[in-house]
Amino acid sequence: MDIKVNVRESEGDAYVVDLSGEIDVYTSPKVKDAITELIDQGHYNLVINLEKVRYIDSTGLGVLIGGLKRVREHGGSVNLVCTNPQIKKIFDITGLVKIFGIFDDEQSAMKALV
Amino acid sequence: MMNAPEPEVQSLGAVELRIPARAEWVAVARLAAAAVGSRMRFSVDEIDDLKLAIAEACTNIIQRSEGIENIDIRWDATASELRVSVSGDGRSKLESVKGADEDQRVGGLGVFLIRALMDTVEYDVDQQRGARLVMIKHVTS
Repeated sequence: MDIKVNVRESEGDAYVVDLSGEIDVYTSPKVKDAITELIDQGHYNLVINLEKVRYIDSTGLGVLIGGLKRVREHGGSVNLVCTNPQIKKIFDITGLVKIFGIFDDEQSAMKALV
Repeated sequence: MMNAPEPEVQSLGAVELRIPARAEWVAVARLAAAAVGSRMRFSVDEIDDLKLAIAEACTNIIQRSEGIENIDIRWDATASELRVSVSGDGRSKLESVKGADEDQRVGGLGVFLIRALMDTVEYDVDQQRGARLVMIKHVTS
């Protein structure tokens, strides 16, 4: 059980965080570190790609919410790419669909940032 | 006239698991939850619900207890429901909880998710005995 995190620069000032694996109480600090580092470097427009994430719990959601709060303080945004029905369901149940932009592909998520 | 006795609910079996109360072991509880759910022929979606609810219960207890070493999880299966008990052996950092604002006091988003995914949830916090979550998922088909 692990999470793989890959950060890459994309169009404009935007960055993409590719996540692969399971985000839970054990692995979420690794995700938090990656997002925090980007924000600390002054990157406030992020796309977090959850396409290869098989599982997310409340600690993972907390990391995403924390990142969103921080970038919004600087006029930025976090959009998510998510196609897994079970993970979409978690965003639905918690009402986070109203807070995050959630898209089926990276291109749409990126386009909606600007 | 005497009332007929309540029919006894027949147990299909019980499974017990003890994990160290550390984040890296929560995945083991998740795997066991999936195995029990599969054995009871819950749907794939219901098994995902069970995995998340039980993992959230473990996470909640780890984060909100002190001096905790182990978490005990017990699954009791009958033909009509799966009852899951998750308890820690440490002292709870919380006061006993009763009342409408219980969710906020005992775990925010995690407990909110558990309540959404399971059919019945009881949260019992005792500062000396620790926290215990009992959850029930009904068999629907």
